[in-house]
Amino acid sequence: MSREKNKVAIVALVLLAIVTGCVIGSSEADTKGVSGTVNIAGSSALLPLAQTAAKTFMDKNPDSVINTNGGGSGQGLQQVSDGTIDIGNSDLLAEEKLDKKSASKLVDHQVAITAIAPIINKDAGVKSLTTEQLIKVFTGKVTNWKQVGGNDCQIVLVSRPSSSGTRATFEQYALKKHASQSNQSLETDDSGTLIQMIQSVSGSIGYVSLSYLTGDPQVGIVSINGVKPTLKNVYNGKFTVWNYEHMYTKGQPKGAAKAFLQQMLSEEYGKKIEAMGYGVASKLTTAAKATHTK
Amino acid sequence: MDKVVQKAIAKDKRWRAVYIVCGLLIVALTLLMGAFLLYQGSQTFLKAHHSVWEFLFTSDWAPLDKTGMFGGKVGAAIYIVGSLETCLLGLLICLPFAIGSAVFMTEISPKIGEKFFRPATEIYVSIPSVVYGWFGLTKLVPIIRNTFHPKMGGFSVLAASIVLAIMIFPTITTVAADAIKSVPNSYREGAYGLGATRWQVIGKVVLPAASGGILTGVVLGLARAIGEALAVAMVIGKTRSFATSLLSPTSNLTSAIAADMGNTAQGGEYNLALWSMALLLFIISIVLIVLIHKLGNGKKEK
Repeated sequence: MSREKNKVAIVALVLLAIVTGCVIGSSEADTKGVSGTVNIAGSSALLPLAQTAAKTFMDKNPDSVINTNGGGSGQGLQQVSDGTIDIGNSDLLAEEKLDKKSASKLVDHQVAITAIAPIINKDAGVKSLTTEQLIKVFTGKVTNWKQVGGNDCQIVLVSRPSSSGTRATFEQYALKKHASQSNQSLETDDSGTLIQMIQSVSGSIGYVSLSYLTGDPQVGIVSINGVKPTLKNVYNGKFTVWNYEHMYTKGQPKGAAKAFLQQMLSEEYGKKIEAMGYGVASKLTTAAKATHTK
Repeated sequence: MDKVVQKAIAKDKRWRAVYIVCGLLIVALTLLMGAFLLYQGSQTFLKAHHSVWEFLFTSDWAPLDKTGMFGGKVGAAIYIVGSLETCLLGLLICLPFAIGSAVFMTEISPKIGEKFFRPATEIYVSIPSVVYGWFGLTKLVPIIRNTFHPKMGGFSVLAASIVLAIMIFPTITTVAADAIKSVPNSYREGAYGLGATRWQVIGKVVLPAASGGILTGVVLGLARAIGEALAVAMVIGKTRSFATSLLSPTSNLTSAIAADMGNTAQGGEYNLALWSMALLLFIISIVLIVLIHKLGNGKKEK
């Protein structure tokens, strides 16, 4: 009997220790750096960037905690609008997903830009396509690469789910608002898997953001109208298939969230963003910005 | 002495209360989840005013993705057919192997069966589904691609069915083996006494006697198959069209939900339609379970 009581006592003590540990940990206010917790969730395209930024921020401000989560742009916008998270990541403008009233309460921070490049299996033998050819390929009007100057090889489309922000951007800027053929294309919700599919399926074509192509991805990168998808071409306005990555806050950010966003938008951190394959909004020339006005 | 007994009874009662609370909690949780799914899933029909007919039997899928905006198309037939055909085909591929293995490890070679075969099969149950998916993506799909040279590169109904068959194989095998084992030995002795061969004993006496348990295994297997998202999503191709052959890609309920749930706006038509698909999955599993339970009971009464 007494043994049982001992057990209960030990469990109670451990629980007590955990609880008090948490309370003390969170209430301990150190004057060094910024303290506080910031919860971030949303876009999976923006997640790698948010994660690295969170780590850098926490290294500099040991008393802060930044939690980063994926979940998709829809989740990010919804949760920040509900107030369950502090920063909601999204590939799309809040106005495109939420109703007007909720969207108007959110403040947009354009932390980065993502360029999207068509990638192609090497069997296709195509290095560059015109916008017109690209539209024909993705709408299923041509079915063999030889029809657009490549090898005699069937075209296999690989695309992202219809709710994906990457797909929305690609269709808007690369396909000039033509919807890609859903009933003839393979689909994957993961850019890593998509690259693997392009590597292995003969004659396949798809699209991923540049941040996935920083290593040697073993796939062909297609130029559009002779313009290579690079950050340089995005900045000078020649390559137009890109979008802003948004971090939304409900109202103006405060405390740790504010400091975190300031770090994201700083020039110093911009270099890191570019090293990861994303672009920095402040480097866009007027010509580039002009292609993306609403 | 009396005190000890009283203490023991008190302890007994205490633990009984704990178990009852735990049991009720699980029941309540299941009911709550069912109620939640029912509420969320029915919004497509109540709030967005789509007909159940459109959802189940048409294949025009273009729901609008903005909070509070309705008027798109929510025909989910492609996903529904995709789920059903891959599961049934997977079951069809799996069943002969599963029952064969169960018979082997209980009737034919119980020693190897108990020492080696059963533990080996049970390990398979605990392998995470992403591993099956990865195997399918890196080995199975290329094999199909290089053997049949299908147009869409091997992502196909066939690949999904084979992956599912492998995934549900251990579940069905172990449950079936237990069922066969629990057939009383007197049945076998009686049959042998009448001059039946081993094959006749297994086929005409043991398997029919164990059919209730085997069907339970089938339900468990089907339930795992119909709810499996990741492994199937990796090999099915997720093309939004009906499969024209075993080698062509299609999509299914789980992979569509998994792919789009996070990206869609909550309360939007797209999101609601996905909830309806989740509700449908829930209903399908319940119907399956009830149906086969009934079948099993009917067999037993004979």
